[in-house]
Amino acid sequence: MADLSVELCGIKLDNPVIPASGTFGFGAEFAELYDINILGTFSFKGTTYEPRYGNPTPRIAECSAGMLNSVGLQNPGVERVINEELPRMRKYFDKPVIANVSGFSVEEYARNCELLDKQEQIGWLELNISCPNVHGGGMSFGTDPKAASEVVRAVRAVTKKPVIVKLSPNVTDIAEMARACEAAGADAISLINTLLGMRIDIKTRRPVLANNTGGLSGPAVFPVALRMVWEVAHAVNIPVVGMGGVSCAEDVIEMMLAGATAVEVGAANLVDPFACRDIINSLPDVMSKYGIEKLSDIIKGAKAWEKT
Amino acid sequence: MREVTFEITENAPIAANVYRMRLCGDARDITRPGQFVNLRLEGFFLRRPISVCDRCEDALTLIYKTIGRGTEKMSRMAAGERINVLTGLGNGYDVSLSGERPLLIGGGAGVPPLYMLAKELIKQNKKVRVVIGFNSACDVFYENELADLGCEVFVTTVDGSYGKRGFVTDALPSDYTYFYSCGPEPMLKSVYKATVTSGEFSFEERMGCGFGACMGCTCMTLTGCKRICKDGPVLKKEEILWQI
Repeated sequence: MADLSVELCGIKLDNPVIPASGTFGFGAEFAELYDINILGTFSFKGTTYEPRYGNPTPRIAECSAGMLNSVGLQNPGVERVINEELPRMRKYFDKPVIANVSGFSVEEYARNCELLDKQEQIGWLELNISCPNVHGGGMSFGTDPKAASEVVRAVRAVTKKPVIVKLSPNVTDIAEMARACEAAGADAISLINTLLGMRIDIKTRRPVLANNTGGLSGPAVFPVALRMVWEVAHAVNIPVVGMGGVSCAEDVIEMMLAGATAVEVGAANLVDPFACRDIINSLPDVMSKYGIEKLSDIIKGAKAWEKT
Repeated sequence: MREVTFEITENAPIAANVYRMRLCGDARDITRPGQFVNLRLEGFFLRRPISVCDRCEDALTLIYKTIGRGTEKMSRMAAGERINVLTGLGNGYDVSLSGERPLLIGGGAGVPPLYMLAKELIKQNKKVRVVIGFNSACDVFYENELADLGCEVFVTTVDGSYGKRGFVTDALPSDYTYFYSCGPEPMLKSVYKATVTSGEFSFEERMGCGFGACMGCTCMTLTGCKRICKDGPVLKKEEILWQI
């Protein structure tokens, strides 16, 4: 029998498949369709201290093998997440969940994490220092190793829960970012957030997105994500959660071979609400096809060609 | 919401750049007029949300305008082809509020959902009047179909080449009990100003998922943030907050 289980920062996951933040809400829409307890876990919608409406619409644009979004961290704010979303979630999800946390200052990240730290449903805190769609927060912390370290240190001081730092691909050296976060006390790294992109409407000669630019996700970004997971996994000694364009069991295995301990699935959920269920169901057959008995055995299992 | 594979039984033009697609398959999740389906098209990442024009237990009728590469691709699909559909999306119109003399107001590609709505209201013995507006005579569709249901139908065209010259708001009758509308946003704004009773508006927005997960199609209302795909597409007049 295929063993799909992995361990992420001391917490066992039945399988490595995790719906990514921003593509799964707080899980309710998907729990209407299937029992979401079959997931490894999921990462809920990025939460800030204050409620946020987000950016003006249109916030969505299509591109070849992917999409752009400029949602801009719409969320009900940390208090309502704790008082309304988490109690509701308890009715349909029994496992520890990943709290995705965002902020506009070091203090805000710490304050949000301090509040979420007290919630027993939350297994991990995933710091989103990589949202490309907000100004003065999000990605500005994720493109400067010093700023990233400050956020991680401030959060580290207020929580004993494992801290995962979600990195932006919009940097020159992602390994340097990962090392800075590890040195500041991060327990894991997740990557990649979306790549900055844009589309222009030829008829109106205006950007399709009201925010002008947005974040690219979907199968189009998978090779970029895989390369960055590989680089980070070879640069740090903490677990890596791989994501970016994953849409089938084979993609999960590639991510794990590159160095991912677990794998987040994002844009695929939006076009196929059953994507994660189907990936989990097809993993045993795909594992058997490639002679894999225990999924955790293949983490970082890809061997580089020697360069001459 | 349910994921269903439908088979195309008809896909043909009925006006300039406007096509009617008939689909055979399990349609029971469409329970209210104004709901929509989200179609997966080969070669496109995002699904295409299209309002439902009519339904019976095992068939759906969709009417769509070709406005981009996705809908153009749809227009080239042939009878017999299969299509993956997320069905039963959106809230739909509330027929219980219609009163005895409801008024239906539609513009262009916003006309189709009013057909199923008119059908429901006629079934309940309401006196239904419909005002539909188009740019030009070549764009007009479903005037006869709506009349055949038993509605009184008024048509306007912007250039005056068919029906009354002008916009739908130039042809609104009086003494209606409630209104339902669907069409481009400038039309909805004019209807908002011109109507004297309570009523409902169906909105369009670019969507990511179509079922409430991605927050791509949010709009602000007087009762808070609403997702056009899940909390809408139909909003009540009293809750609308025009952004511009």
